[in-house]
Amino acid sequence: MLDKTVATLADAVKDIRDGATLLVSGFGASGIPTELLVALLEQGARDLTVVNNNGGNGPAGLSQLFLAGRVRKLICSFARSANPAQPSAAAFAEVYRAGKIELECVPQGIMVERMRAAAAGLGPFFSPVSYGSKLAESKETRVIDGKGYVLEQPLPGDYAFVKAQHADRWGNLTYRYAGRNFGPVMCMAARTAIVQVDRIVPLGSIAPEHVMTPGIFVKRVVQVERQEGSA
Amino acid sequence: MSGYQPLSREQLAQRIADDLPDGVYVNLGIGMPTRLARCLPRDREIILHSENGILGMGPAGELEDLDLINASKEQISLVPGASICDHVVSFTMMRGGHIDITVLGAYQVSASGDLANWDTGTPDAIPAVGGAMDLAVGAKQVWAMMEHTSKKGEPKVVERCTLPLTGAKVVDRIYSDLARIDVTPQGLVVRAMVPGLDPDTLQRLTAAPLHFDVRVGGYIA
Repeated sequence: MLDKTVATLADAVKDIRDGATLLVSGFGASGIPTELLVALLEQGARDLTVVNNNGGNGPAGLSQLFLAGRVRKLICSFARSANPAQPSAAAFAEVYRAGKIELECVPQGIMVERMRAAAAGLGPFFSPVSYGSKLAESKETRVIDGKGYVLEQPLPGDYAFVKAQHADRWGNLTYRYAGRNFGPVMCMAARTAIVQVDRIVPLGSIAPEHVMTPGIFVKRVVQVERQEGSA
Repeated sequence: MSGYQPLSREQLAQRIADDLPDGVYVNLGIGMPTRLARCLPRDREIILHSENGILGMGPAGELEDLDLINASKEQISLVPGASICDHVVSFTMMRGGHIDITVLGAYQVSASGDLANWDTGTPDAIPAVGGAMDLAVGAKQVWAMMEHTSKKGEPKVVERCTLPLTGAKVVDRIYSDLARIDVTPQGLVVRAMVPGLDPDTLQRLTAAPLHFDVRVGGYIA
């Protein structure tokens, strides 16, 4: 019997080793697997490379891993607080300014497409995004038919932490509204995708045409009770 | 320096919104351009896209929901006919030429349409590009929404950008608080100016040569 459900958050993250590359879903406050990140803090893995669109979002989760010195490098499109009045990436700014973390700033869509390339068995690819900018300075470029391109490398993960809405025991997933964001591509690009969901539902209760991530891309699912009023 | 009044940010947003045709897919950049969402012409269907996978975005309603936010992480709603997708599909829309128009804020725009809008060049700033480079390269049209000069009075429409580039030769139109300027193969062509502004004054406030082909009467909201 195929059963990917895991009883506890601690079980879901127990084998993550030092030096792992971790893909973390979420955009703003939406779709962030905060409880998995807190479980990883307790588990203790360090020297991590984290791929996340933002430099954390508020004090819980990724920010705790930054402050605890667990993250060696962040690959990210927008590591600054979007709204200075509500600094969501303050912890990242602190460790970055102290020289304790490396940052690779990547255009958001290229971050996505690098993960998709890894997921789809493709090699490096040429993209026009960032050509002529300082983000392309250390990369190979080529002019093809008069248009400039930058060579981008696939970005696979050892693990993905993703938040979804419903899962069945085969790992089929649905997501809530824009909480989907990076979840599907990160599940596909990681060797082991670990998904926290609001609810584990009986096999067959998600209509096949409504499955957003097919279970083949998911290794573990763990249920986290949804707090009223939170996303 | 008298006799004319720059557009306020609200007036500028309204002026740009009035130029959006019926039935277009539009992405509004973070910052000033998000104001357009509040003043879209009611007699046209303009479908707003947000990079986090939303097509058919409406203004914030009563409902507070962290899974319904725009690229600036502000509350939004969904209009009837809206759809949600993941980041792969959303950036395929942006980079693949499926978005008709993107309105982006700009620190500088050059005479050839180079755009600088992601890095102010401040030495200790944390680099953060978001989706700006994907949009600049990939949207069918890029409209830059900006103040004509910096707070210090320095021109922001320039011969060559001195700030780090977002994209080269990407801007199609400039909507400043003083004028609408098209970026053409022949250079910058002024199509409209605020009432009372004369070509010599606008040229003095611009660090690139301007051509004047003012066909639209005034530049007012």
